[in-house]
Amino acid sequence: MYRNLWCAAALAAAVLPAQAQDPAREEVKILQQRVDELERRMQEPPARQQSENAFNPAVSAILNGVYSNLSQDPNTYRINGFVPTMGDVAPPRRGFSLGESELGISANVDHLFRGTMIAAIQPDGSGVEIEEAYLQTLALSRGFSVKAGRFFSAVGYQNQIHAHAWDFTDQPLVMKAFLGGQLNDDGVQVKWVAPTELYLDLGAEFTRGRGFPASDPNKNGAGAVNGFAHLGGDLGASLAWQTGLSYHVTSPRDRAYEDPQSGASNSFTGSSKLWAASGVLKWAPEGNTTVTNFKLQGEYFRRKESGDLTFDPAGVALTDGYASRQSGWYLQGVYQFMPQWRVGYRYDQLDSGSTSIGLVDSGALTAADFPVLAGYKPKRHAAMVDWSPSEFSRVRLQFARDDSRQGQPDNQVFLQYIVSLGAHGAHTF
Amino acid sequence: MRLLLFLLAFASVPAFAAVNVFACEPEWASLAQELGGDKVSVVSATTARQDPHHIEARPSLIARMRAADLVVCSGSELEIGWLPLLLTQSGNGRVQPGSPGYLEASRYVLRLEVPTALDRSMGDVHPGGNPHIQTDPRNIAKVARVLAERLAQLDAANAASYRSRADSFDKRWAEAIARWEKQAAPLKGVPLVQHHKGFTYLIAWLGMREVGNLEPKPGIPPTTSHLVELVDQMKQAPAKVIVYSSYDDPKAAQFLSQRSGIPNVMLPFTVGGSDRAKDLFGYFDDLLARLLAPLQ
Repeated sequence: MYRNLWCAAALAAAVLPAQAQDPAREEVKILQQRVDELERRMQEPPARQQSENAFNPAVSAILNGVYSNLSQDPNTYRINGFVPTMGDVAPPRRGFSLGESELGISANVDHLFRGTMIAAIQPDGSGVEIEEAYLQTLALSRGFSVKAGRFFSAVGYQNQIHAHAWDFTDQPLVMKAFLGGQLNDDGVQVKWVAPTELYLDLGAEFTRGRGFPASDPNKNGAGAVNGFAHLGGDLGASLAWQTGLSYHVTSPRDRAYEDPQSGASNSFTGSSKLWAASGVLKWAPEGNTTVTNFKLQGEYFRRKESGDLTFDPAGVALTDGYASRQSGWYLQGVYQFMPQWRVGYRYDQLDSGSTSIGLVDSGALTAADFPVLAGYKPKRHAAMVDWSPSEFSRVRLQFARDDSRQGQPDNQVFLQYIVSLGAHGAHTF
Repeated sequence: MRLLLFLLAFASVPAFAAVNVFACEPEWASLAQELGGDKVSVVSATTARQDPHHIEARPSLIARMRAADLVVCSGSELEIGWLPLLLTQSGNGRVQPGSPGYLEASRYVLRLEVPTALDRSMGDVHPGGNPHIQTDPRNIAKVARVLAERLAQLDAANAASYRSRADSFDKRWAEAIARWEKQAAPLKGVPLVQHHKGFTYLIAWLGMREVGNLEPKPGIPPTTSHLVELVDQMKQAPAKVIVYSSYDDPKAAQFLSQRSGIPNVMLPFTVGGSDRAKDLFGYFDDLLARLLAPLQ
């Protein structure tokens, strides 16, 4: 370090006579530049011996655990009026339980791509699930970007947000009923951001259709297609908003489900089309979120399914037409009333709408053979308060009254912690 | 489609300016305006009323990022919670880190408080050192030179204009620094308490002494127990002034002020943080005036 300084001083001295004809100011300026350069070099970290490690990606781990007190057995969880998704939608088990531990790794691959992998490690030893693993372009221009791999689909708003960043312990009922919890699929996403002052993006996803509402078809091409658009902007310095619309289309084949009430197994083949509209409004006084802020979020899902329903495919295998038009929505508000403390309320409602089952209409079977599909309007109230001592930790208490099961309201209490270790990526709007 | 055409026609970002500059913080927006004049169109992602650590990656910011030719930010992980997202979401290859359209100001100054050990139990520490470099005018001068060169590189046709404006700014700025240093002479050695480590560079420049922080750890909001400790500490060795920034909640500073009888002062965090801080010159004029006031 000192040798460098001496060298620079010697260099500067050598340069000085050559500049002698210039005004003294010029000399000072040159010296100043050299001093600046040295200062800059001095603070650079010393060359590392193990250069391979220097390129290690950002690693993060999310730990979460919950204590649940439920008035109904979570093993009997169902959403009456809706085809069971066979996904992971039930509340956590009663008592203490460890949630999924998330392990995230991300880094720029090179000057063109960024890679991200997020794995969920199941607490009961049932293995590791890849939640997301995708590469993303960095260098495309004109507003284009491409994602490839497994990623959360741009269906609605909250589906793209990782569980640790949700404002409530569990997801809205619309995600449980229409997306089987959370929809991540393998494929390609192309997105374009318009060159406008008002934010506008348009995008399309072509995916395999590996899970509900698709049925993982063994076929070439795309098993599911999703188109989406977002519009957003600011209203003054204190308010920001975003709206979104998406349309997800797939053609499930032999999508099987087990009726949780009768135990009968059934399967559906046909088409499933899902519209999702979302809106988010965030308020903070003059955009300063430190003391108080408010977030209002809502989504509306509408699904149309038509095709054939087969009763007991392994046994009697009776098949006839099936058509349903179903919808649901939720609205939630979360208010930070002082630093570190937030309160929130969410209201969920689903409408099983009109479902026509050919086997029942023809008299071959009765409605009692399809108990979970009987018309119903599930609803849920949830209220929470959470405390975040830093941006890396959060403790939450949530109360909910869940009327997903007809005639069996579930009073739920969750006490949850979520902490993040290591690198902490930026959160989307 | 009709809606799209409507939006394209009426909401397009004006394209007549040569260089679209996206500044993460107002000080860099102000500097880019000084150096670019009418050759640049500048937007600031944040204001002096906002905590630059905690900014929502709003859609409007992504839209602005998409149009940017040059991104100027403090760096040193100050914007880690929102800038990376704006960069990846914008689909703008011109401004990605490593390209000429991306400039991290803190790389060009001597950073203070570079931690020797990193552990989150120490609070929200920045591995690259304290990122709030804008409170020392000598740092502004260093960044000005780099920024002018970058503008000249991106917009070669107007390179001469950027360089001559930089020379002019350099001269006026050096004069202003000399004036401020003279004016601030009484502040040398004066002990102060600051809310966040937001004015560390200012304190170092003026030779003041930081004797406490209202935050128990960087980035952790003040707690009652910590404030009570500070009250005791102030009884033993009182500070001359308690400062908080234009985005901090003034409650903690007012509490300590009432209990200890030491005056509290709001300091603009950057350009736009007070009525007088309209540009970089006004910003330092106001900083010094506010610091000197309680000493008189």
